[in-house]
Amino acid sequence: MLSIKDLAVDFQTRKGVVHAVRNVNLHVDKGETLGIVGESGSGKSVTSYALMRILDAGGTITAGDIVYSGIDLRHSSARDMRNIRGREISMIFQNPRAALNPIRKVGHQLEDVLKTHSQATRYDARAKAISMLEAVQIRNAEERYHAYPFELSGGMCQRIVIAIALACNPQLLIADEPTTGLDITTQKTVMDLIQSLSQERQMSSILITHDLGLAAQYCDRIVVMKDGELVETGKPKSLFNNAQHAYTRKLIAATPRKNASIRDLLPVEEQQPLPERSQSGETLLRVNNLVKTYAGKNGPVHAVKGISFDLKQGKSLALVGESGCGKSTTSSMITRLLDCSSGEIIFNGQDIGKIKLRDFAQHEMRKDIQMVFQDATDSLNPRHSAFQSILEPIKHLTDLRSAKRQDRVYELADLVGLPHSLLTRFPHQLSGGQKARVGIARAIAVNPQLLILDEPTAALDVSIQAIVLNLLADLRAKLGMTYLFVSHDLHVVRLLCDDVIVMKDGEIVEMGPVEEVMDQPKSEYTQSLLDAAPSLSKIVE
Amino acid sequence: MSGRYKTISLRIAQAIPVLFGVVVVSFILTRALPGDPAVYFAGASATEESIAQVREALGLDKSLPEQFVIYLGDLLRGDLGQSISTGQAVTDDLARRLPASLELTLMALFISCSIAVPLGVMAATKPGSLRDHICRVIVTAGVSLPTFFTGILLIYIFYYLLGIAPSPLGRLDFIYIEPDTVTGFYLIDAALIGDWETWFGALKQLILPATTLALFTMAPIARMTRAAMLSALSSDFVRTARAAGLSSSKILYGYALHNAMLPVITTLGMVFSFTLGANVLVEKVFAWPGIGSYAIEALVASDYAAVQGFVLAMAILFVLLNLTIDIAYSLIDPRIGFEER
Repeated sequence: MLSIKDLAVDFQTRKGVVHAVRNVNLHVDKGETLGIVGESGSGKSVTSYALMRILDAGGTITAGDIVYSGIDLRHSSARDMRNIRGREISMIFQNPRAALNPIRKVGHQLEDVLKTHSQATRYDARAKAISMLEAVQIRNAEERYHAYPFELSGGMCQRIVIAIALACNPQLLIADEPTTGLDITTQKTVMDLIQSLSQERQMSSILITHDLGLAAQYCDRIVVMKDGELVETGKPKSLFNNAQHAYTRKLIAATPRKNASIRDLLPVEEQQPLPERSQSGETLLRVNNLVKTYAGKNGPVHAVKGISFDLKQGKSLALVGESGCGKSTTSSMITRLLDCSSGEIIFNGQDIGKIKLRDFAQHEMRKDIQMVFQDATDSLNPRHSAFQSILEPIKHLTDLRSAKRQDRVYELADLVGLPHSLLTRFPHQLSGGQKARVGIARAIAVNPQLLILDEPTAALDVSIQAIVLNLLADLRAKLGMTYLFVSHDLHVVRLLCDDVIVMKDGEIVEMGPVEEVMDQPKSEYTQSLLDAAPSLSKIVE
Repeated sequence: MSGRYKTISLRIAQAIPVLFGVVVVSFILTRALPGDPAVYFAGASATEESIAQVREALGLDKSLPEQFVIYLGDLLRGDLGQSISTGQAVTDDLARRLPASLELTLMALFISCSIAVPLGVMAATKPGSLRDHICRVIVTAGVSLPTFFTGILLIYIFYYLLGIAPSPLGRLDFIYIEPDTVTGFYLIDAALIGDWETWFGALKQLILPATTLALFTMAPIARMTRAAMLSALSSDFVRTARAAGLSSSKILYGYALHNAMLPVITTLGMVFSFTLGANVLVEKVFAWPGIGSYAIEALVASDYAAVQGFVLAMAILFVLLNLTIDIAYSLIDPRIGFEER
């Protein structure tokens, strides 16, 4: 139905021409779901934008043919392309909330598409829009018709985007990272919805994703892309069990899965035995009946409803749960970036919850509790070089003389594996993995006892994630740190942590050793989280 | 909707302390200015005695707090005092001159927006292209030329050389009769009584000064429109709209421009306030009986009542302007809850 031959796309940038896609050949058959997997910069999105002809300014198709049902998409007129987009080929995007017009009612956005493709008239557009909302399983469709995107949850917004994409019964649906940034259970419902709708309508689809597990679960055939080129193609089962290309093998190895240890994620030649960890067995942190209540518009919002747990020195504890479960609020309170409403946070025998936020910044314990933030880019000052970023806590929290400070920064750079030549660079000149290293170096600069990691690898590609996770494991052993690891990714948690706490609606649902909780979950909620997580282990032997 | 009215009245109530501050500051500043109005108005051949007489007549012999209490009492009765240079009540002067300035400024902004916004949109659709550069040259030229120069240039071309513009002397040529004052805006008042001849006459007088001001104010509006459109056009929702096959005009005007309106309106508010205060040069060139030239004359003459009246009127105007902009925000963007603040 769709065939792409020798596609090449170039981007004109300030630094010259970038060949984003080269020699790409692929085809999609009727009713088939094709997966395109690869890491960021592999050209998988650009390929799909090229076939829709919605490349950003500066991008041009320089070679190749794109033929859809006998129509030459590369040379079609702009007018013909407009008729094809939305009616024949539709697209859904990542970050659904941004993908919708923020100041237009979702119902009207749906109507815009219906009217553009003459699928509805002024009189029946409303009814058709509402029935489309019902088709994507939105409850109270009549009411939701009048909602604005900011009033809806991320999963709800993605359903609207799907409704817009499917409104005119297209034959081919392109889903570009449709579930990135969504919760794991929401991801499952959204993916199941896409799957059932496309089967119902006998549509073909292309799923673009960086998540091999997701691709394995939902695709009939998968192509792997790297640096703008196709490296391998095949059925999920044969591809993942018998990968031919080194890059595919590396990707599969780096994907966290059930029976792999943290070192198994790295290429074989880089694997070294994990260093021994020292654990004194003393309780470092005790959280007692911790509560956080916000004043909301309609009465108080109970973000954290009285949780208690212990964390022993040298152990690693994971806080998992979906967005809104209170895991980030809890970690912010423990880091003392947020006041608690009631309860105790006993760190090294002292209730630090009683110390005022403003005073804690000057407190001697400030350097004992440090944090690595989720977004490596946004958490670095864009006008500070890597050197300055790492130096900052040393200046404020230690009494090192200025001559010694520089040595300390170099020492830290060595610890996290950051080449010294990169220290003069600014965040925008560093890659994602390098920025993550700067963030970690900054957090460990003052020798903290407790390190709080808030989804430190969520924004990284799998191969980089593997390296960062291993770095964290090494540092933990070398420096004797205790970790509190906040994450929604159960596979990652299993690799790095000893114990796990599952949270839901501000309460602890289940806690215990990682293997026990994940292999024999006691609560239904934990079970549903485990079921929803796409996993390579289901097909990789 | 009732919540909205409540918020509006609350906002007006909040403005009262601000206005009181303005009253205090303008009172003190006018007195702190060098120059003695009594000496000024007693004339060149005044004696000590006659100066003292004038001073007493103006109430300036009393202590400052006493003067202030009297001034406040007058204010509460709606009396802004007597202008000593025009001999009229300040309220009457303002009522006549403020609409003249507002009419000129609003007309100028109307012309400015109707040119600058399309220019900005056009420039944003193809950044770096020839039309982008042409837009930039036009608006930069407009803002670089001082208003008195453009004013005189326009008069020279359209009045002196071409003879299509009327003589640049005030709001209405003497052959027309002033319409009865309802709003003070000649265009509206003339339209209300259906006197289209006068309406047209007033419009002809208005066009040149308004164009002069418009040329000057185009730059910020066009630049902001271009920047806001650029970011709207590169946003994810525009990509979604393109992928759904919406027509380019729908994407450009229905989606992108609508989202780009907020920063443009903010800029418009700022441009409005500086234009209203700064159009004194245009008023002078076109002999426009506006509030800017009134304020300057009053200031030169140390005409306390007139200066204070002017400052207070402007303060009230800005309070209302900000309120209008906030309401406009909440109408354009549903995310901004007007009721809650």
